[in-house]
Amino acid sequence: MSSETALPLKRRTPRSTAERGALYPRWFWPSFAVPGSVYLLLFFLFPFYVVLAVTFGTVDPILRQPVPAWNPLHWNASILTFTFSNITHSDGLYQAPLVHTFAFVAGATVICLLIGYPFAYFLARKSGRFKGLFLVLFFAPFWISYMLRMLSWQSLLLDNGYVNRILMSLGILSHPYGWLDGKPVTVIIGLAYGYVPFMVLPLYASLDRIHPSFLEAGRDLGCSPLRTFLRVTLPLSRQAILAGLVICSLPMFGDYFTQQLLADTSNTRMIGNAIVEQLVVPIFVSRAAALILVLIVLLLVPILYYLRSTNRAAEQGIA
Amino acid sequence: MSAQAREEFAPRVVPPPKPSRARELLQNPWGRTRFLWVFAIAYVIWTLFPVANAVLFSFNKARSLAQWQGFSLRWYVTDPDNSVLHDPALGHAILQSLKLATLTACIAVPIGVAFALALHRWRTRTARTANFTMMFSFVTPELILAVSLFLLLINAFKTIGLGTTAQLIGLVVLALAYPVVIVRARLLSLGSSYEEAALDLGASPVRMLGRVTLPLLGPSILASGAVVFALTLDDFVIVDQLSRDAGDQTVSMAIYGAARTGPTPAANAIGTIMLTASTIIIAIAFVVYRRTVRRREGIEAMRGLPA
Repeated sequence: MSSETALPLKRRTPRSTAERGALYPRWFWPSFAVPGSVYLLLFFLFPFYVVLAVTFGTVDPILRQPVPAWNPLHWNASILTFTFSNITHSDGLYQAPLVHTFAFVAGATVICLLIGYPFAYFLARKSGRFKGLFLVLFFAPFWISYMLRMLSWQSLLLDNGYVNRILMSLGILSHPYGWLDGKPVTVIIGLAYGYVPFMVLPLYASLDRIHPSFLEAGRDLGCSPLRTFLRVTLPLSRQAILAGLVICSLPMFGDYFTQQLLADTSNTRMIGNAIVEQLVVPIFVSRAAALILVLIVLLLVPILYYLRSTNRAAEQGIA
Repeated sequence: MSAQAREEFAPRVVPPPKPSRARELLQNPWGRTRFLWVFAIAYVIWTLFPVANAVLFSFNKARSLAQWQGFSLRWYVTDPDNSVLHDPALGHAILQSLKLATLTACIAVPIGVAFALALHRWRTRTARTANFTMMFSFVTPELILAVSLFLLLINAFKTIGLGTTAQLIGLVVLALAYPVVIVRARLLSLGSSYEEAALDLGASPVRMLGRVTLPLLGPSILASGAVVFALTLDDFVIVDQLSRDAGDQTVSMAIYGAARTGPTPAANAIGTIMLTASTIIIAIAFVVYRRTVRRREGIEAMRGLPA
């Protein structure tokens, strides 16, 4: 940072520390991070402690509301024990929603990858002069209300909606299929529909960054295009596939509205529904807190993996 | 000799046998782009057809969302009870959404830009921790953010409580990382030469920020403002969980409520109004950004978004 010409000029400014070779007072740049750090501390990190305090707290029997235990020495595991026994027992309150959540998220994420990879490949390599147009069309769902799109699916999937009408006129269905009658397949497709752009984004970024000379090298060394894809493109996009799987599935774990709008029966309930339903009943709030804690712990590994891999990618990008 | 005759005497060139379509496809499924073109167009139709359908049915004459009965503005203005103009709840929801999105952008963008400026120069262990926390908040599922804030506000910060302020606090947590990521990408591509020149010419750090750095960052600050605005305008989970009563209802909550009880095209109508608003905001930001920043960098900034 220190340049020879800067030093004599900097001496004139009273607060400079040019003698030590720095152009700014040491506190200058860190001070800019103070508002953001304080905000995150108060409204992002501290709430996690509140989740712990409520989970390990007690429930007031008269006021029928949670009493958080702020001091870790007074922590009481009875609510967490209750939660675990309802997860492990086959007729427990939370086992079915958890199983549904994992099954739906896995199914939807796989669909997202199968749809997202070819589309990202197309965007990066084959869209040619229409790339700008396709990018705009691809980004459109990011600023179009999710609720509006789900409302539209709701009407498209009605018994007399366009989906059934088209499938019947094509002869695929003989009578309307009850898409909205609590079918897991509808929830899975709905989730895939809602979150597929999150899969395309990292895949596109990575595929677009692969230099064409790598592919030419593959072809020059005698690989068929398929082999070039399998030996060059696919390994180079492996990190992006993993990042896409994480970033696409994370929000699905907290999704409760897609299920509610497209199915809303007990055999499609997800963990988000269990949490939200308990949050509105004061006496059950601490159960919701315990479930959020379970969810955080379950998702911690993919979150940390994602953060580490993007951090590494960013450092490589700078180097 | 006529052309036809010349052709007759010319040696016949037998073309090599063409490989069958199926074999060709197996050997080279990605070489032929036709499949990918069809796939991409199908993808775009799949993602955007429901939007077109929703917009279309907001103009439906009848109450149905599945049977098209003809064009009318009934659900926007003319229906005396249920239209956007005459249903006070819907008008209020639009105002609440716009209010929250504007305030969130006004709070999250300055904090985020300052954070990005700090992290760009300040590379210590503390800085890395701050950055890690920021990125952690970026990928945490919204439901976890919403529920933990809910617990915070009913147990610890009881004076704030639930309501519009709570919604605003939550939306800023959700949006904070976007300006950081976008502005940091721009800072990286700008490099340090402009700032060094300013310092060489005798500017103080504050003057350098005001005269050089911030003007250069202008387009990306504007872009991040537009992204935050569009993101929070349509947010659902945080505003839903942190609302207190009907007065805090936003457009996404109104559409959700309608969809659960018995939607009329009025829900499509407010959705269409918001869609128009956020498209205009994004389009303005995009045009201004493109005018000031080279095309390539624009794409770089969009790439920065998911990371």
